[in-house]
Order: sequence, then C-alpha cells, then structure tokens
Amino acid sequence: MAIQDAVKASEPAKSSLIYDPRFRSIFFQVLIVGLLVFAIWWIVGNTIENLRRSNIPTGFEFLRGRAGFDISDRLIAYSSDSTYGRAILVGLWNTVLVAVCGIVTATIIGFMVGIARLSHNWLIRKIATVYIEIFRNIPPLLVIFFWYLGVLSILPAPRDSIVLPFGSYLNSRGFYFPKFVWGEGAWLVVAGLIIGIGLSWFVARRARARQMATGQQFPVFWTSVALIIGFPLLGFAVAGFPLTLDFPKAGTFNLTGGFNVKPEFLSLYLALSFYTAAFIAEIVRAGILGVSKGQGEAAASLGLRSGQALRLVIIPQAMRIIVPPLTSQYLNLTKNSSLAVAIGYPDLYAIGGTILNQTGQAIEIVAIFMVIYLGISLLTSGFMNWFNAKMALKER
Amino acid sequence: MQEHDVSWVRTEMVLAEAAPRSQAGFGAWFRKNLFATPIDAALTVLALLALAWAVPQILNWAFFSAQWTGADRSACLTVAQGGSHPDGWSGACWAFVSAKFGQFMFGRYPIEERWRVILTGILFVALLAPLLIPRAPYKGLNAILFFGLFPFVAFFLLVGGFFGLPYVETSLWGGLLVTLVLSYVGIVVSLPLGIILALGRRSHMPAVKLLSVIFIETVRGVPLVTVLFMASFMLPLFAPPGVTFDKLLRALIGVALFASAYMAEVVRGGLQAIPKGQYEGADSLGLGYWQKMGLIIMPQALKLVIPGIVNTFIGMFKDTTLVLIISMFDLLGIVKQNLADANWATPQTAKTGLVFAGFVFWIFCFSMSRYSMYMERRLDTGLRR
Repeated sequence: MAIQDAVKASEPAKSSLIYDPRFRSIFFQVLIVGLLVFAIWWIVGNTIENLRRSNIPTGFEFLRGRAGFDISDRLIAYSSDSTYGRAILVGLWNTVLVAVCGIVTATIIGFMVGIARLSHNWLIRKIATVYIEIFRNIPPLLVIFFWYLGVLSILPAPRDSIVLPFGSYLNSRGFYFPKFVWGEGAWLVVAGLIIGIGLSWFVARRARARQMATGQQFPVFWTSVALIIGFPLLGFAVAGFPLTLDFPKAGTFNLTGGFNVKPEFLSLYLALSFYTAAFIAEIVRAGILGVSKGQGEAAASLGLRSGQALRLVIIPQAMRIIVPPLTSQYLNLTKNSSLAVAIGYPDLYAIGGTILNQTGQAIEIVAIFMVIYLGISLLTSGFMNWFNAKMALKER
Repeated sequence: MQEHDVSWVRTEMVLAEAAPRSQAGFGAWFRKNLFATPIDAALTVLALLALAWAVPQILNWAFFSAQWTGADRSACLTVAQGGSHPDGWSGACWAFVSAKFGQFMFGRYPIEERWRVILTGILFVALLAPLLIPRAPYKGLNAILFFGLFPFVAFFLLVGGFFGLPYVETSLWGGLLVTLVLSYVGIVVSLPLGIILALGRRSHMPAVKLLSVIFIETVRGVPLVTVLFMASFMLPLFAPPGVTFDKLLRALIGVALFASAYMAEVVRGGLQAIPKGQYEGADSLGLGYWQKMGLIIMPQALKLVIPGIVNTFIGMFKDTTLVLIISMFDLLGIVKQNLADANWATPQTAKTGLVFAGFVFWIFCFSMSRYSMYMERRLDTGLRR
C-alpha cells in the first residue's frame, strides 16, 4: 500500500486527465446537455412531422375562435358564442372558486379535528382519530364520487325537495337558498365596511403603540367587531334598507328563483374539504405537540389563564411549525380540484380538455395548464412564505 | 447479639395502601377521561348522542339490512320501486359486488385466462411477504427476484403471446390488476429515479443541478391529471410517425415520472439531515462519490425518510385512480363503469360499490402506513433525541 501510494504521488498530476475532478465534471455536464439537446431536437422533429401529417395548426391563434359549447357554472359572462380564451378564463375562475372555498373549509375542519385529537376527552380523541385514518387512506376521487353518486344524485327530485330552514331547499339538482338582491344605495354598505376595516386597523395600531409605550391595554378585538359591523349597518340604514331576498319557489318541475349551488360544485367542494382536512388535522396536531411543554408551564407561571396562554404563547409558536406543510396542503387541494373533470364540473382542466377535443392543439393546451397551475402554485407559496416570514422567530 | 433500647423493631415492610377510590378503577378512568370538566362532560354526551344516532344506522345499512344475494337489480329495490323490500328500506346491495367481483379484480381480462393473473398475484405475494418479514433469510436473493426477475415473469404471464399463452391486450386489463400494476411499476421506478434526481439536485455540477430542479419543480407544480394528460396526448406526438405507445404504458410513464419528482424531494430531505461530518468522514476514507453515497450517506438518509417514502407510495397508490380520467379502468374506474349497468341500477348501488372500493383502497393504504411505522421503530438505532 505505502509503496503504491508513494509511486502514485511521484507521478506527474497531469498524466491522467480522467482522474481530474474538474475535467470529469465538465465532461459529464457536456455529455448530459448534449444528450438532452439531441433528445429535444429529435422530439421537436417528430412533433412537427406528426402535426404536419394530421393537419393540426400550431400557435395560440385558436384562442380567438368561437367556442361553441355551453358552460353551466360560471362566474363571468359567457355564452357559446364567446371565444376559447374566454372559456379558459371561466374555467380558471371556477378552479379558483372551488379552491378558495375548499381551503377555507378544510382549514376550519382540520384545525377542529387536529385540536380534538389532542383533547383530554378520550371519546373525542378517538372519534377524531377514526376520521383521520379513514380519510387519509382513501383516494380523493373516491370521496368525490361518493358525494356525487352516492349521496347527492339520489336525493329526491325537485318536486319533493327536502325543506331546510331559512327558505333553503335540497334536491337532486343541488342546494337552493335565498338570493340577496341589493337595491339602490347598496354602495353605502360597502363604503361602511371599508371605513370600518380602515378604522379598526388604525385603532389596532394606536392601541399597540400605546401598550408598548405605557403598558395599558385596549379592547382592540371588541372595538374592531363593533366598527366593522356598525358602519355597514349605519350605511344600510342611511340608504333605507335596500335589500330584498329572492326566495326559491317550488314550480312544477323545478325550483325557480333563489341561488342554486349545483351538485357538481357541492360534491367537489365537500370532498376536497373533508379529504384535505384530515391531512391538515395531522399537521396541526404535530405543530401543537412541537411546542415544548415548558412554554405552557412558563406561561402559567406568568399568571396567564389557559386561554391566554394558548392564544399568546402556544399558537404563535405552533404556527411556525404548521405553516410550511400547510402551504403544501393548500397547493395539493388546488391541484386536486382538477379532479372536477371526473364529475363534469367545468374547471380549468375540464374546459381545457373540451377545447383539446375540438381543436386538437394538445401542446398549446398543456402549456396553458402548466403556466396557470404553476402560477397558482407560485402565488400561493409566495403568500404563505410572506406569512411564514412574518410569523418567524425574530432573533436578536 | 447487640442490646437495643428500642422495644420494638418492624420486621416487615408496610404494605402499600390501595389507591384512593377516586383515583382507581373504572370510575376514576371515566372521570378523568370523559367527565373531567363540565365542558368535557357536555362534549362526551354530545359525542355519545351522535354515535348513538350514526353507528346503528351504519351497521344496519352495511350488515343487518343489507341484501347479500341476488341476480339483478330487483333484489335491491323496495316495493314502490318494483322490488320486494318494504318502503323506506336502505341497505347495502352486496349482491351487486358479488355479481361483479370478477370484473372488479380483473377488468375485462378473458375469463379462461384469469389463472395467469392469479398466478402472478400468488408469485407477487410469495416474493413480497418474506421481503417484508425482517427475520426471513436470503434478503438479497429475494430482493433480486422481486425487483429484477419478477417484472419480466409478470410481463410474460400477463401480456402473453409467448410459449403458447394467448396475447391479452392491455386495453382488456382492469380493476385491481391495473391498480396494482401501476403502483408496482411506479414504486419500482420512482425510488431509484427519485434518488438520482435528489443527488442531481444536490450536485456541484451546475447543469445537472439546474436540470434536476427544473424537472422536479415543474412536475410538482402541476396536478397529476395534467401529467397523465400530457403522457396520454403528447407522447404519441413525440414519437416518430408510425410508432404507437400502448395506453397502459403511457399511464405508467406519467405515474412513474410524477412519483419520482415527489420521491426526489423526500430523499433530498433525508440527505440534508445527514451531518457534514459523515460526508467528510467518507472522503477521508478515500471513498469515491458513488461509494460514499451508496455505503455511507444513502443508508442513513433513506432510514431517516422511511415515513416520507411510504407516504409517497401511499399517495401514488391513491393517485392511480386518476387514470380513470384518461379512460383506463382501475379498481375505482371499473366500479364506476359498472354503476352505469342498467341491470343493477338502484339507489343503493352507487353507495355500495364505492364503499367496497373505498374499503379495498383503505386496507392497502392503512397496512402500508402501519408497516412503515413498524419499520421506523425497528430501524430506530436510538440515536434520535
């Protein structure tokens, strides 16, 4: 060994280029990039040849063409005479709608179940565990089908709707509830809301500055609630109560009037919320358990009541552990909303699929999907990173 | 022997006193765990009421009122709907599941050839079971057989066209068979590919690193549906004219690529958790890059991320249901397809079929997660805080 090493050391270093790490590194990178460029060149060549053979045009011109199909759920104006671009926009808004609704509900259920799993109450703890173990171990698509085919589509026909409180109805065509119809002067209510929020922000700032300076506390929460509710009510009264309710009325075959939430949206929304909530619950549990026990004891020894300790000491620290995985759950929910296509809810993916079948421009459609979903992902993770940085431990 | 001026010395220990009544027995357990505070008591009562309302209904639906046998839909209908059950009857239509069981397992695989699928299944279990039992011998040989030889045997058995076995098109495959084939290939491909991608992402070569990052982040940023869609619509465009890809193969490529990106991030987490001293230690022993990774870093990193790896497997197993969207029929797909069968159209069919599919998925996923917890405890070397 020693002799061999000595022999090696005596050799000139340049004699073996293949043992030079820098040469090797450059060689491998050139090789990989070369292979990749060749593969892309080959794929592009094939694609152009295939497209030419099947007479499919390329480019994004098709977005201006007439769509020619109808979309039942939409948030913005659309008819079958609108363009393909407009149709994609409708789908995007539907995706955003179901994702936002799902995220809010999943967070609420998830936090409740996660805290229930840490309850001192044995029964509550076990029920939460069973919920989590069921929903974490079945595919989301199955949950969607269960709501859609197993529950909502076997509800009674519109004629024998199930009557719910507040003039709402539930039947096989979805959930009907009274629609708010705003009259003249409704802008005063919105103005009141904006003024209320602005004032509460101002009050919160002043109260914080005062507490920092003098130590005196101010009931910020209740003041803000009063401001945010009071000003819109004031505006409402000043404008002369410009609100009428449009109740759904039972017709011969269908309910007319009111606001209708379609079963497709309902099942997608419920399934995504319940499914994601199980994952959020586990994240919340891990976050709360991750705060060391000493923190709670220290808070108690400072004389904080258990509610205060939870609000001021435990939860701010738990949030630091919770936020990063929570972000990826939100992203998962948004991406899972593309399962809408399986039950015919017109989300971005479903509408894109329809357009693909009509025009055959697969590459452009997939590119649009990628850009939009990546954009949503980046926006969400950007927001959550900002939130995370705000929550992060401020070390001095 | 010795004089004591104490008149009495205790010669036996005082017996331990029984715990106070308030701290022992069922009563204490109930007080502590169910009725500790008034709010707790209220919650317990509410939860009991909810359970008393729901559990009998569920048991009744699934077992006591369920219809177990029958030839067609009339077995699962009420009198008003044209069947024999009293009005208002609600029960699982297990007759539907038992009538369609063959389809749920094999899809449209020809009935006289189904023994090939069963044989593959037996081989699969026979090779997998000893691999999972830590005490079983010949682990190396077993792994080579399972990951190296079994795929070829399974391919010849399932596809056929050789040695006198008739050829079975993959478009006839379906049910649990497709679910398991997709998951097996996904797992076998994604783990090594994910490790390579994770190493690429931590590589010092800028080109390798950049390519790995682009691949991982792009795939993770889009839904699996889009990846499957791409595999299904764009792969045929990429191939030279005249070459066609099998549909199952396209789905396999999509699922495997998707899972690899997620696996890469899991493995990267493990790599980051390994202290720098381990790398330096390996370097100081004179190990090359692959020796260092294979002998020192990976065994430690992979052990750390077993839960993450298994979670990815479970996620992938659940995600195989999405091939439904590119019109392939895995277990969920075939159940859904059969719900449209007019012979079995009853209000209970959909619920029953979906509960059955859910139960099968649940068994697989739940046992995977329990096994990973077991392995985690077993491999824990006690170095963790």
